[in-house]
Amino acid sequence: MTVEKKAGAKRPAPLKKPRARKPAHKPKWDISDVNSWGPERHELGAVIIEAGNSTYNETGGWRSLVPIIETEKCDGCMLCYFYCPDSSIVVEDGKAVGIDLEHCKGCGICAKECPTKAIAMQIDVKE
Amino acid sequence: MATTESEILAVTGNEAVAEAMRQIDPDVVCAYPITPQTEIVQIYAQFVADGAVETEFVTVESEHSAMSAVVGSAAGGARTMTATSSQGFALMWEVLFIAASYRLPVVMTTVNRALSGPINIHCDHSDTMGGRDTGWIQLYGENHQEAYDNCIQAVRIAEHMDVRLPVMHMLDGYVISGAIGPLQMLHKAQVQEFIGPYRAINPMLDTKKPVTVGPFDGLHGWYFEHKVAQNRAMDRAFKVIQDVADEYAEISGRHYGLLDPYRLEDAEIAIVVVGSTAGTSRMVIDKLRDKGVKAGMVRVRAFRPFPYEAYAQALQHVKVVGVLDRADSFGAQGGPVFLEIRAALYDCDPRPQVLPFIYGLGGRDIFPDNIEEAFAELQKAAQARKPASTERRYLNLRKD
Repeated sequence: MTVEKKAGAKRPAPLKKPRARKPAHKPKWDISDVNSWGPERHELGAVIIEAGNSTYNETGGWRSLVPIIETEKCDGCMLCYFYCPDSSIVVEDGKAVGIDLEHCKGCGICAKECPTKAIAMQIDVKE
Repeated sequence: MATTESEILAVTGNEAVAEAMRQIDPDVVCAYPITPQTEIVQIYAQFVADGAVETEFVTVESEHSAMSAVVGSAAGGARTMTATSSQGFALMWEVLFIAASYRLPVVMTTVNRALSGPINIHCDHSDTMGGRDTGWIQLYGENHQEAYDNCIQAVRIAEHMDVRLPVMHMLDGYVISGAIGPLQMLHKAQVQEFIGPYRAINPMLDTKKPVTVGPFDGLHGWYFEHKVAQNRAMDRAFKVIQDVADEYAEISGRHYGLLDPYRLEDAEIAIVVVGSTAGTSRMVIDKLRDKGVKAGMVRVRAFRPFPYEAYAQALQHVKVVGVLDRADSFGAQGGPVFLEIRAALYDCDPRPQVLPFIYGLGGRDIFPDNIEEAFAELQKAAQARKPASTERRYLNLRKD
């Protein structure tokens, strides 16, 4: 994996069509006030009892590297899409066009797997 | 009314446990053999091979894997059991905490054996006493019969909705596990009725209701609240352990409590013991009583949760209490049981003296004479004007 450490590296441009991250329906398991829960309110053994709640929880906050995609180099093999542990590769017309930065943790697997080197990792600059 | 099989069998402690497991017939057993527990796993593997049980038996490459497989199986939604000893218990260490914090009602038999080094395969309690803060319920059995009985009761305690914690039950290595003793068994149907069907909570294998087990708790998460919830379950376990024992007494005719007092009502001096040493101690107490010495005993059954109030009540009238620990807590004021008893009696008024004794490490024999020696020490302290020193007394230690 190549990490480019260019000074003043820019974050990738915002996606043309950011994927809808707020679910249409309200989650059944409402944890919006979880910070006020005492010991009895939690599920036994800290189990998360509803699947898919990452669609309304941003989990990309601990990223230090960010993948930059050069879509021109992408040949549409979809390896990045399949390997991404956070389903964060945005695909349009069969090509990788962007990253869902609310869930990408910057692991770099996409860049490592890309056979055409269309993805490079850069230091993430927090705004 | 007791409806046990009338036949009294001569079995090893390990056979007694394997028979209990056969009658429980758990969904999954994940285990690795280690001296002196090996026979349990060996016999159980034979039951599986013979089709005597429905259990899925998972052979693993270490105890770390055994306990990890147990966690996976129990989180998946299966009634799961395992067994270990000593180094194997030590190798399970980090996963023991995980089983407890995931609130998985696993049952594990631990055959007590010394921890290395020097390498030693004989009985003492240093393995499980070291594991007293893992979050598991701990029941210490005295003999073959109790090893069998505790194994069955442990299932009910662990799976009780007020508890949902893993339970380990212990028997002394070799002294019980390898020696032959009497066992009266229930019928399998009785055991099945007693334990009832398994009820899984949020099982991972329920594909219609997908869940995540063991998530990261976040940087400012709820770890603290979960630990408090675990401890509250421990508090509720006092009642559950007693209720389960009472219900078990109805079908077996054998009565168990959180602790097991002997000739304590009018005792002036008393000892606290764990495990098989209780049998020898009763004999010594009877002998001392014949001589007019008001001696008594409490045997520890539940060590986690530790029924401190019951101990305070049972021992408050005693002048001097000697705690016989078969494990040491290096650098502490005494062995692990001593520390608990001394703390439990702190609020008594008048407060009994509590003296620490260490015995039997690495399987060192404990003879009736050694127990008499301990009682003589207690008697001396009871008659002295000044409180006795709380230095450790060692029983059957070779002197310098």
